[in-house]
Amino acid sequence: MANADCIIVQGSNMAEAHPVGFQWVMEAKARGARIIHVDPRFTRTTANADKHVPIRAGSDVVLLGALINHVLTEELWFREYVQAFTNASTIIDERYQDPEDLDGLFSGFDPETGRYDPASWAYRTAQPADPSHAHDDASRGETAGAGGPPLEREPVQRDETLQDPRCVLQILRRHYARYTPEMVEEACGISREDFAYLARSIVENSGRERTTCFAYAVGWTQHTGGAQFIRAAAILQLLMGNMGRPGGGVMALRGHATIQGSTDIPTLFNLLPGYLPMPMAGTHDRFEDYVESIGTKTQKGFWADAETYAVNLLKAWWGDAATPENDWAFDYLPRLTGAHGTYQTMMAMLEGKVDGFFLLGQNPAVGSADGRLQRLAMSHLKWMVVRDFSMIESATWWKEGPEIESGELRTEDIGTEVFFLPAANHTEKAGSFTQTQRLVQWRHQAVPPPGDAVSELQFLVELGNRIRERLAGSTDPRDRPLLDLTWDYPIDEHGEPDPESVLREINGFHVSGPDAGRPLSSFAQMRPDGSTAGGCWIYAGVYADGVNQAARRRPGQEQDETAAEWAWAWPANRRILYNRASADADGRPWSERKKYVWWDAEQGRWTGRDVPDFPVTKEPHDEGDPEAGGAAGLSGSDAFIMQSDGRGWLFAPSGLVDGPLPTHYEPVESSIPNPLYDQQANPTRVSFRSDLAMNAPGVDGLGGAAEVYPYVFTTYRVTEHHTAGGMSRFLPYLSELQPELFCEVSPELAEIVGLEPYGWATIVSPRSAIEARVLVTRRMRPLPIAGRTVHQIGLPYHWARGSEAVVEGDSVNDLIGLNLDANTQIQNSKVTACAIRPGRRPRGPALAELVAEHQRRAGIDADTGDEKVTIPPPAQRRVHVPGEAPAPPTEDPTEEEDR
Amino acid sequence: MSRFSPLEWPVLRQLRGADPLGRGSAVTSARTRATTPRTATADRVVRSICPYCAVGCGQRIFVKDDKVVQIEGDPDSPISRGRLCPKGAASEQLVNFPNRVTTVRYRAPHATDWQDLDLDTALDMIADRFLEARRAHWEDLDEKGHPLRRTMGIASLGGATIDNEENYLAKKLFTAAGAIQMENQARI
Repeated sequence: MANADCIIVQGSNMAEAHPVGFQWVMEAKARGARIIHVDPRFTRTTANADKHVPIRAGSDVVLLGALINHVLTEELWFREYVQAFTNASTIIDERYQDPEDLDGLFSGFDPETGRYDPASWAYRTAQPADPSHAHDDASRGETAGAGGPPLEREPVQRDETLQDPRCVLQILRRHYARYTPEMVEEACGISREDFAYLARSIVENSGRERTTCFAYAVGWTQHTGGAQFIRAAAILQLLMGNMGRPGGGVMALRGHATIQGSTDIPTLFNLLPGYLPMPMAGTHDRFEDYVESIGTKTQKGFWADAETYAVNLLKAWWGDAATPENDWAFDYLPRLTGAHGTYQTMMAMLEGKVDGFFLLGQNPAVGSADGRLQRLAMSHLKWMVVRDFSMIESATWWKEGPEIESGELRTEDIGTEVFFLPAANHTEKAGSFTQTQRLVQWRHQAVPPPGDAVSELQFLVELGNRIRERLAGSTDPRDRPLLDLTWDYPIDEHGEPDPESVLREINGFHVSGPDAGRPLSSFAQMRPDGSTAGGCWIYAGVYADGVNQAARRRPGQEQDETAAEWAWAWPANRRILYNRASADADGRPWSERKKYVWWDAEQGRWTGRDVPDFPVTKEPHDEGDPEAGGAAGLSGSDAFIMQSDGRGWLFAPSGLVDGPLPTHYEPVESSIPNPLYDQQANPTRVSFRSDLAMNAPGVDGLGGAAEVYPYVFTTYRVTEHHTAGGMSRFLPYLSELQPELFCEVSPELAEIVGLEPYGWATIVSPRSAIEARVLVTRRMRPLPIAGRTVHQIGLPYHWARGSEAVVEGDSVNDLIGLNLDANTQIQNSKVTACAIRPGRRPRGPALAELVAEHQRRAGIDADTGDEKVTIPPPAQRRVHVPGEAPAPPTEDPTEEEDR
Repeated sequence: MSRFSPLEWPVLRQLRGADPLGRGSAVTSARTRATTPRTATADRVVRSICPYCAVGCGQRIFVKDDKVVQIEGDPDSPISRGRLCPKGAASEQLVNFPNRVTTVRYRAPHATDWQDLDLDTALDMIADRFLEARRAHWEDLDEKGHPLRRTMGIASLGGATIDNEENYLAKKLFTAAGAIQMENQARI
């Protein structure tokens, strides 16, 4: 980021939540970069920025779409970059229809299932698609790993003049044609002057000589279309030539020490290590079908070797029991049948379908959306294990949770057994964290853990040992995966397993042959024949030469800016992904100023300041082997080496479940009619029918709860606390710095509602009501939207009720409903309808009465807001869509009314 | 004691010493002068990484008598260049905070309070319950006869604050047991 000429922070309060990382934004500013903060609130980030652009929460795609439209209309995009490295010229299937044609839906929507069939979003090929290769689960995000479903290796059709009306660039122009500065003013509350400033800043700081960087955090992910917010920024960055280059990119600012690592080596239902998907019942019954669905051997790029990665994982887990005859023990893997995310699991828990629950350093009673539902779900468990440092609220809800106070639950009635096991902290065990830029950093153990505290490593190994002992001698086939598991880690005199032995397994090693036992030095050494094993292919090399590369600590001051000898970044210690794009089609740096990786013709190889993200000896003008898959199939300008066409995707023909292009939908509880389409909210969003998770959409005809819940709140962090507070509210220093929950309101809203500064306010949503101290501040600004004024309230979410922490306060997540992005299963936490009034909330049963009284007045129930399609018959349509006359639609959207 | 000497009058100290403006050594008390930083008396310094957000700041952990006495930023880190935010700077308390619980606690069904439990006993009880829940909610095939080989009786949440090696073993063990409902903060 220090190398950027312009930084747009949007969907993040980086100075507050990532303060030490923010020094690089300040470094860029000191070097002359322009910093712009797009955010509903004026924050610490804004205070350090050149410009604040206040935005209505949830309207980001309108703004980003308008920037895309602006650079396309004014022909300000980086033509050479776009032609060389993106799919702008690729022709899309004739059947594709845009939301401009269908009033907010893409072609292929099935109102019965609420899902899209993405077949019509595909690239046009010479032959019609072979139905035997159809992936009938492509409509479901949980079936695909990082690459999305594969593309067949048929020559795609391109129009290099970019004039064909079905080429991606022309579709993009039409799709965003109505995303104008006027629309931005109406939908986002951003003035035309501010929009012009933002657009000018990006345009003037992009191109050969300059780069612009975007940074986001959960202000983008926690929406019902969060993945598309990020996609919109990626499209703009591709159009402006800002991907794969120093000072460019779309930077995810992640919020936990190894939340990146726990995605790479996932404790997530849908993934196996290295972004391989968990197999899906019916679709992936056979190993062959499973690997083909990740990447076909004939497709270009590095997912063509999916079989190799999968074989190495299975070999690492099941050793000698994984053989070619049994497809490497593929049948030992359990199968998915849909989304099994944490919210689906909590709903199953509520119905008594889950017996046991492990919490490994997470506090869902406070940190997950709809806290009351979370706690009530846990009360249906037979047993739970909480591993933490102190008595977090997820360990004490049965004793002193809000539902005990309100009388809804009685301790004596709760049958859940709770085991609290103390955990070793980061100084008391060795291991690696992967930080937000994929850098794997090792921690050395400083002291032994106190008392009964042990690492998760020791806990898991001992639990595994006990489970395996109890099953020893079992002839039940379901126990084979546990009994055949490789589970023989060296244990030291304190009972602690050697974490480096686990890192070595993650890295991979030679199983047989002359190098048997030696660690792999890169994933290129992996073989699909069982002669190598490796637990996470993208981490291959972290233990190269038997050396813990993550523990390298050559001081930064002794290195150049890349600092390649500090720790180790996956993959292959590469610091900027897709860095082939930092050179032009001929392999020359775009400019001396932005030189990073380039083709050295004399040496016949790619070279530069980083590990080239490209086959190192492939010439820039190599046409690629049209017959071969994998790296050999890539041309010398296929910079996006993980994509099956080697291109950066302006238009995503697969991989997203809610459309190939980001499209603006309103949040579920918005009170603003979607200004672009009659389709109000994202039609693929995931919601749950429950009295504990009611919604209050605020638009007339769709529920009309705006009068009862007239305001919106957005949640956020403060520097001094950490998420649900388990690592901060129990510490005296941090508790003293931020002792109490507060709500930020504008002077205008305080006036309307009658809120006194530093007094109390009660905030009521369809799920619960909480109280907070009132902070009246001009940092919150009412925005004029669609002829009315939108008041936004800010709420930090770190506090909870209970006597164990140093400080307590109501839990903001109790207010939030369950509406998930279908791509990610992540909930919307950033736009929630609420009422606010002066004074403290009622105690005891009166709290539930207050919430119920609001629900009654709003006329909402468990079904409200669950209608997925909201497009009325043509005569009643509110929005005029000037799309080209479509071919007769495959599905008449008017039939979808009332669904 | 020198502090009773007239020469130790602050004004005289200020005029005599190297601190004529009275902003440093001239105005320190004897107690301050006798104080040394915990970093100077530590037995050893261990290199580590901050456990809070994902910036990944370098930490130096100062240890005396096998106790963590101070945690400071690591100036060698090219990411953090020695800096820590308030959380990272307070992380010594994450080791030594008064409310930290270091023994196993157990709440029996319907009980109104915690009781103590031996760690080994707890692990045995958890292993028994794990296998029972696994058995009780086992699914061999879906309704169309496709293999499932899984249990829906066990779930897990957490991973973003523990180590890669720990997540790896968690995923490995739960997957081998057929427990698919495994999630962490990345979903939230």
